[in-house]
Amino acid sequence: MSVERTYAEINARIKAGKAVVLTAEEVIGKVKEQGLTKTAAEVDVVTTGTFGPMCSSGAFLNFGHSSPRMRMTKVSLNNVPAYTGIAAVDAYIGATEVPEDDPANSNHPGEFRYGGGHVIEDLVAGKTVKLKALSYGTDCYPRREIETNITLNDLNEATLFNPRNAYQNYNCAVNASDRVIHTYMGTLKPRFGNANYSTSGQLSPLMKDPNFATIGIGTRIFLGGGIGYVVWNGTQHFPGWLKDQEGNVVGSAGGTLSVLGDLKQMKPQWLRGTRFQGYGATLTVGLGVPIPILNEEILRFAALSDEELHAPVVDYSDAYPNRVGGNLGVVSYAQLKSGKIILDGKEIPTAPLSSYPKAREIAGQLKNWIEKGDFLLGEPVQLLPGPMAGLTGKPLEIK
Amino acid sequence: MAPHKIVLRFTSSTSDQPIIYHLVKDYDLVVNILKAQINPHLEGTLVLDLRGEKYEEGIEYLRNQGISVHPLTQEVVRNNDRCTSCGACTGHCPAGALAMERPSMEVQFDSDKCVVCLQCLKVCPVGAMEVRI
Ligand code: SF4
Ligand code: SF4
Repeated sequence: MSVERTYAEINARIKAGKAVVLTAEEVIGKVKEQGLTKTAAEVDVVTTGTFGPMCSSGAFLNFGHSSPRMRMTKVSLNNVPAYTGIAAVDAYIGATEVPEDDPANSNHPGEFRYGGGHVIEDLVAGKTVKLKALSYGTDCYPRREIETNITLNDLNEATLFNPRNAYQNYNCAVNASDRVIHTYMGTLKPRFGNANYSTSGQLSPLMKDPNFATIGIGTRIFLGGGIGYVVWNGTQHFPGWLKDQEGNVVGSAGGTLSVLGDLKQMKPQWLRGTRFQGYGATLTVGLGVPIPILNEEILRFAALSDEELHAPVVDYSDAYPNRVGGNLGVVSYAQLKSGKIILDGKEIPTAPLSSYPKAREIAGQLKNWIEKGDFLLGEPVQLLPGPMAGLTGKPLEIK
Repeated sequence: MAPHKIVLRFTSSTSDQPIIYHLVKDYDLVVNILKAQINPHLEGTLVLDLRGEKYEEGIEYLRNQGISVHPLTQEVVRNNDRCTSCGACTGHCPAGALAMERPSMEVQFDSDKCVVCLQCLKVCPVGAMEVRI
């Protein structure tokens, strides 16, 4: 009889200090060594991790009320505008927002030295941030202007809320043109001069549960060094299978997570203000998801290795910006991590944008929390749609 | 005349030219090559100690050849606390001073190999590379 486990059983074992937890990297070797069935019988949880730029990140902040009170209409933090079309002293600071006076790309390629992601990092680091706000003034909120300094401690609430994180898989970006291009996948040299990729491959959360058999609303996760939750599917959540030219399934692609957590629990080394020359500012987020081994099938996917997981190679000089479908072929994460891939007989050096050592640290930390009994699994109240749901992206037609 | 420490950057079309030969022969300059590097894209970086009467003319000649010339007054350092070992810089460092160690995937910085081209300052997403003057 193959093993079947419930969340309650696993959590009972965690509380008793008896849960067997392996990182997604460790479990690969275990399965190779002793097979799926035996490993599934032994292992309760597999932990994953990723540490990469995740543009859809931001934080809801509540500043508290000044005297006299103010309905903040325009807010900036260290000169970076925050969105205020919500309640009086709340704002949402988005990771990709840049200061109002940022030259952006007017002098291409722009530098983007500081943005919303850096504000979030500074807040988490306990630094003082300059808050400026303007208002039109009302009878109940008469104040029209404020300029003061805040720290994370001064805020009532600071909730990290990232509507599209943890991309299941991502393109390996190349540049077929004759000029250097500056993209969210980094600077790409002309004539296939380099190839950039951005997932942790065999440690990557959603690649290890491609069917969304365990991840759903209420899944407890490692987020920015603290504990967070999956609260919904991410935007552009189109889970599906990545196929090679012959139509064989060689990986998964398209799933995303919407995640939330208390910024006050988090640590600056896991939320890093980030920028891409010529593209913009963003935030690098540390995120780890535990996968309960409810049965052998779940373990089978959780034990996929870099040799079995692939990324599509996409030309960012033409195909990507012009939304031309298809790709230039697929390459395995083992190839990508080796430092070079071969495309059309040409050797192209590769470089990652997401940190593999940090992903390993996250998976290790999550494992540690679970082993110590500090972290129980959250049983989803509803699983996220998987590949079977057949979700696909709608393009924006210009009417 | 005191030697000048300079950094030259060659494009792929200049890196195969006998430039140094001309510096010595036509401008009578004394050349001491401190570091030399050609990357897989045939872009070259050269760090030189250069001295001689016709130093200025020599530099003029280099610039006319489309070679960028910068004084070496800076040192590049890595802020190890900020570096995430992402690897984004490794594809751009022409000298192999920033390189990925495998299989750990940790990015190592060897300042002895650095030719102060400042590429890493532009491509590091978290601003971990810094210039010290
Ligand atoms: S400045 Fe940076 S990119 Fe240039 S050689 Fe030194 S380490 Fe490499
Ligand atoms: S790009 Fe920056 S953060 Fe990434 S490995 Fe290089 S120095 Fe470190």
